[in-house]
Amino acid sequence: MSRFSNLGHRLYQGEVSFDFVGRRKLWYSISGVIVLVAAIGLAMGLHLGIEFKGGSVYTVQKPGLSVAQVQTAANDVTHGSSALVQSTDKGKIRVQISSEETQSPDSIRNGLSKALDIPVQEIDSQVIGPSWGHQISQKALLGLVIFMVLVTIYLAIAFEWRMAAAALVALIHDLLITIGVYALVGFEVTPGTVIGFLTILGYSLYDTVVVFDTVKENTKGLTKQSKLTYSEAANAGLNQTLVRSINTTVVALLPVAALLFIGGGLLGAGTLNDISLALFIGLAAGAYSSICVATPLLAQLKEEQPEMKALAKRVAQRRASEAKAKAEAEANGEAVPEGEEFADEDLPAGMVGQRAQGAGRSRNKGRPSTKR
Amino acid sequence: MATPKSRPRDGYPGRALALILVVTVGLVALMFGTGNTKPRLGIDLAGGTSITLTAKSDDPKAINKSNMNIAVGIIQKRVNGMGVSEAEVQTEGDKNIVVNIPKGGDRQSAADQVGTTAKLFFRPVLAYAPSGVKATAPTASPSATTSGSPAAAPTPSPTATAGSTAAAASPSASKAGRAVGEALLADPTASASAPAASPSASAAAASPSAAATAPTEAEMTAALTQGTVPAELQAQFAAMDCSDPAQRKDYQSTDITKTTVACSSDPEQGYYDKFALGPVQVNGSDVSKAQAVIDTQNAAGWQVQLQFNDKGSKAFATTTGALSTQASPANQFAIVLDGGVVSHPQVNETISGGSAVISGSFTQSDAQQLANVLSFGALPLSFAQSDVVTVSPQLGGDQLKAGLIAGLIGMVLVIIYSLIYYRGLGLVSIGGLLVSAALTYSIMSLLGAGIGFALNLPAVCGAIVAIGITADSFIVYFERIRDEVREGAPLRPAVQRAWPRARRTILVSDFVSFLCAAVLYLVSVGKVQGFAFTLGLTTALDVVVIFLFTKPLITLLARKKFFSDGHPWSGLDPKRLGARPPIRGTRRRTSAPSATKEA
Repeated sequence: MSRFSNLGHRLYQGEVSFDFVGRRKLWYSISGVIVLVAAIGLAMGLHLGIEFKGGSVYTVQKPGLSVAQVQTAANDVTHGSSALVQSTDKGKIRVQISSEETQSPDSIRNGLSKALDIPVQEIDSQVIGPSWGHQISQKALLGLVIFMVLVTIYLAIAFEWRMAAAALVALIHDLLITIGVYALVGFEVTPGTVIGFLTILGYSLYDTVVVFDTVKENTKGLTKQSKLTYSEAANAGLNQTLVRSINTTVVALLPVAALLFIGGGLLGAGTLNDISLALFIGLAAGAYSSICVATPLLAQLKEEQPEMKALAKRVAQRRASEAKAKAEAEANGEAVPEGEEFADEDLPAGMVGQRAQGAGRSRNKGRPSTKR
Repeated sequence: MATPKSRPRDGYPGRALALILVVTVGLVALMFGTGNTKPRLGIDLAGGTSITLTAKSDDPKAINKSNMNIAVGIIQKRVNGMGVSEAEVQTEGDKNIVVNIPKGGDRQSAADQVGTTAKLFFRPVLAYAPSGVKATAPTASPSATTSGSPAAAPTPSPTATAGSTAAAASPSASKAGRAVGEALLADPTASASAPAASPSASAAAASPSAAATAPTEAEMTAALTQGTVPAELQAQFAAMDCSDPAQRKDYQSTDITKTTVACSSDPEQGYYDKFALGPVQVNGSDVSKAQAVIDTQNAAGWQVQLQFNDKGSKAFATTTGALSTQASPANQFAIVLDGGVVSHPQVNETISGGSAVISGSFTQSDAQQLANVLSFGALPLSFAQSDVVTVSPQLGGDQLKAGLIAGLIGMVLVIIYSLIYYRGLGLVSIGGLLVSAALTYSIMSLLGAGIGFALNLPAVCGAIVAIGITADSFIVYFERIRDEVREGAPLRPAVQRAWPRARRTILVSDFVSFLCAAVLYLVSVGKVQGFAFTLGLTTALDVVVIFLFTKPLITLLARKKFFSDGHPWSGLDPKRLGARPPIRGTRRRTSAPSATKEA
């Protein structure tokens, strides 16, 4: 543990730094591949739950009852073989009958009760009109669109439009990945899943907002100095919040994992599982995207700004001249006290070790502006 | 919400803590005081039946708030009138009505009752006969029906009171259902005439009940049929057994211009009547108004006043003109709601002018119920059952238990994690989580009683997910404090300096969460709404807890030696946080003074 908190410190001081922003091409390609795979999965189609197709579901429970017995009973009752019978946890057996079945749900329920010798009251049932899931998802989609518009406006006001755009892209990225996983693995999409998807919205943005908040702080008045480019400042901010991001994600995932594995494990398939599974995937994707997609994208957008381009130029010039001075000094055989000062670009991109800083600079870490 | 800017450096942490303590204790006390110590549970957790009805109409404008509210009121009355107590009916979204019937309620009849909505027709009666002798509840002995006449003759004489309304088997004056012997009259308030012979009232009360087990349905039908069954319906009419719920369905859904058969919608004296009906003469949507009134003038008791629109008036006048010349039972007008005959008053005269009165031996509730049916039929809305969930208390209890266990384990995991990672500070987050939990629980319990908020499974999920959100805010603040400590600041200033930055981050991100919850709550339906509500509530509480609990508590703790000296177990050990790194000691020293200067 102590190592970890030490890492937190070193990250904060910039002693250890992961160059997330600089490796944006890597992240983009990883995300690109994931999204592509997700899109292929989506094209294959989602496995929609009965809520979207209409029909009825009955849950029976009786000691010693086998799936085959229930299947037979269901076939007898419906005079067909379309009933989908599955065993869920704790000896419960779920019978799913599609809406094409002409018999009334009550008669099916009564029939099952008679055939299996289970009191009618003990058979749980759900009868769903074919438009119900459609209505739920349509409303959810409407909510999604309204929320995206509002939150983009809000972020554009609270931060700036580039941040809003980057956050939005990250959000869509997370949604795509989550839905893609569902499509690929073939998990059933139920209204519970839709709820899970919707929660990802808030959470993914929550994470992104926290990171952007630090980035914004780090880059305030950035143009007045010539030591750091926007990308570097953003990356520094990212690293400072990295421990926090990891912690919040872990803390958010813990209850969801409890829901998924314990709640779901106790009951088998059900609303609890549906919601928590979507959340679990989405939260993990959300943490990844706010670090590896949102911020690099933001940096890229910002670097397009004329003043940021000018800044990058100044930084490069300054580094070149200082490198020249350093080379001259070395040629003169003088010791260079802060030899690693500009080592960033030379080091392998992944982990940048010992980015030593000038004396007295630590107070202004992350606030490089005012005093320089 | 924001702390006043003029407060002294450290603020008055004690005041804020006292405030939240008072609020929490107050809410918990209110919860116990009002006896609402448990949140109201949704059907999926408590067991019961939940029926979601979605309004359908060709005219989109017809689905509006006032129509929906009328529908809710009527469905509410119907369901509760069925003896299902505590059933709740509410609108959801803009076109759904949710009917929740708690466990123990008569699910079947309630579902039926809720299902009988809005397709209302007036058809002439061609013939009718009693059908089936059993009421809805099957009993062990076939003769022990609700009629209370065990020595029933094989052929009862239902027409004992011939000449009056020809009630097939006249109902007694008991409180059982609606009287069959009803008459359709011109509204006396509209036209001064109308002698209102009220033949039915006495007739209805006169004859003793006569219900019996019939050997076979066809035999009984043959013996007891009133009127002439048209040839095309004879076979169907004879075979029909209204005591079988499966046969009490809507036969008229396809073509309303044809003759059809129907059952009475409620059993009278323990059995149903079956009807052969003519084509639809007046559509229920042409009824503009119906109300139950008491006729003081003619002492006819409760009756139902009807008002038709122009189209309805004309059709009604024509039909009543034709019907009034017929002999019983062909002079009766059946009011058919979704295939069930609700009432079949006889017509004594041509009724023009668009107003009519149905009189009979109504009790007040009978009359009101019929008026409701007529009014509801007048609504241009029909409802489709979108979702009918029946959950046994067993399964509901299991779900709740699993949710609670998952929540508890999630909370314990978060607590363990924060204790390991933040040590002493972890205690603060535990306290915060507990306060948050107490507030959430008591508010949910109170809302259950106050606005009927019911905790369903998605809402439980929302609450569990909120554990993470609440803990997130702590982490944001803790990390900020530790950042300041890393910069070399002593704890007390560090706590103060970290606050404005942490506060902004928390507010911005909580606002995003809250926006998400609010949008979802406003536009969504069903389960999604319950989830969004909990999420919004807990996000709002998160802000309250962080401002009134976490911040002041940490301020107080920062004054304690244990924390301010950075005890290894406080979670704020500067050494552990690397604030005094062995190598770069010089730099640290230079930075320390500037730290206090800022903020």
